[in-house]
Amino acid sequence: MTIEGARYPVSLVVNGKPHSLLTPARRTLVDLLRYDLGLTGTKEACGIGVCGACTVLLDGRIVASCITLAVQADGAAITTIEGIAQDGKLHPLQESFMKNGGFQCGICTSGQIVAAKALLDANPNPTREQVQEWMMGNLCRCTGYYHILDSIMKVVGKDSPSL
Amino acid sequence: MRDFSYHAPASLAEAHSLLAQYGDAARLMAGGTALTVMLKQSLVQADHLVSLQRIPGLRRIHLQSDGLHIGALARLRDVETSPLVKEHAPLLAEVYRQVATVRIRNQATVGGGIVHADPAQDPPPALLVLDARLRLVSRAGQREVPVREFFLDYYETALRPGEVLTEVIVPLQTKHARAIYLRYTPRTQDDYPTVSVAALARVERGVCREMRVALGAAAPTALRITAVEEALRGKRVSQAAVRRAAALVAEQVSPLEDFRGSADYKRDMAVVFTRRALEGVLGLG
Repeated sequence: MTIEGARYPVSLVVNGKPHSLLTPARRTLVDLLRYDLGLTGTKEACGIGVCGACTVLLDGRIVASCITLAVQADGAAITTIEGIAQDGKLHPLQESFMKNGGFQCGICTSGQIVAAKALLDANPNPTREQVQEWMMGNLCRCTGYYHILDSIMKVVGKDSPSL
Repeated sequence: MRDFSYHAPASLAEAHSLLAQYGDAARLMAGGTALTVMLKQSLVQADHLVSLQRIPGLRRIHLQSDGLHIGALARLRDVETSPLVKEHAPLLAEVYRQVATVRIRNQATVGGGIVHADPAQDPPPALLVLDARLRLVSRAGQREVPVREFFLDYYETALRPGEVLTEVIVPLQTKHARAIYLRYTPRTQDDYPTVSVAALARVERGVCREMRVALGAAAPTALRITAVEEALRGKRVSQAAVRRAAALVAEQVSPLEDFRGSADYKRDMAVVFTRRALEGVLGLG
């Protein structure tokens, strides 16, 4: 039988800050971030790992925090949208999304920027096609895809065909 | 999600003890990308989750005399980017690269995907044409099962209670064979395929010497289509022979109707994509 109300120790470093807490096994990582740590920048949308809104970095890899159990992330380093800006200065991607209209309603934006950052960390000079393939799993229901793509390509420093 | 107990054993022996102790109430978890969704949707109920992620050595990809050994906990992204896989089983590197999105491939595992046994997954047809084998380890011992004998029915496999899939053994792709994987995704690129086809062939002086064909999403399990293989093996390569062989697929598949299409439509697409895969692998494209 399940031990009702059991809590499990989870230690993780979130945006450079260590946290240790007790959590139920069924707690997803996105819920732990939002409800236990108050980091509400990460959004849950589809809840089944398809849309990309809940994208965070887990030990540098993008993962869907809505289908990752918090207990699975024990010992990991997590980066959320709140950890993208450094020393009070926005990341170039954040600046570019604002300047180039890389969002409309904003729900998908955290996931878009975290995913794009992971790509540029691994490959600072991707082609437009590589960006498209990488970002394929981050849906924007406002369909603002061209401006999102343009925002990323401007950071890469490559001209993008304008609309 | 209903609550459950969580166990993260540090060894396979400890995992086996937990499976023995909790029996049907326990579920193994690898990457968790499929299982967590099924738990959220109450399609799977578990009182105990036994995570394999802390067990050392299960993520390793290495070469041995009998083939490439891919640890069950290797992430799809590991396979996609592994130089060993690219060199010795390039078809697999190509197929794993096409699964879902990089976010899922960063977390989902080779073994987790195989035991999940969703008939629309991409890797099974490729594993089938490569004649891959699975190492299943229980407390009592271990056995090797060909992938071909592993998928029994819709989400059902030959895995017995208490067994853990620890690695996939893939015979090396010979340099003389050509292999191809085609997936038909009319909705979005990261979708499960409507139908998919893997084919591997070796041609000598215009004669087909080896032919292996497997389909995904076209039946309750991924399956090898021996009728097509036999129709081409030993025969002179020609467009007419390929068309005749591909047409045989229609009687071999039993697709399920869903939002990706009716059974009849999928059967037609199975023929079309088999023909294209055969053309590609026989150099007729």
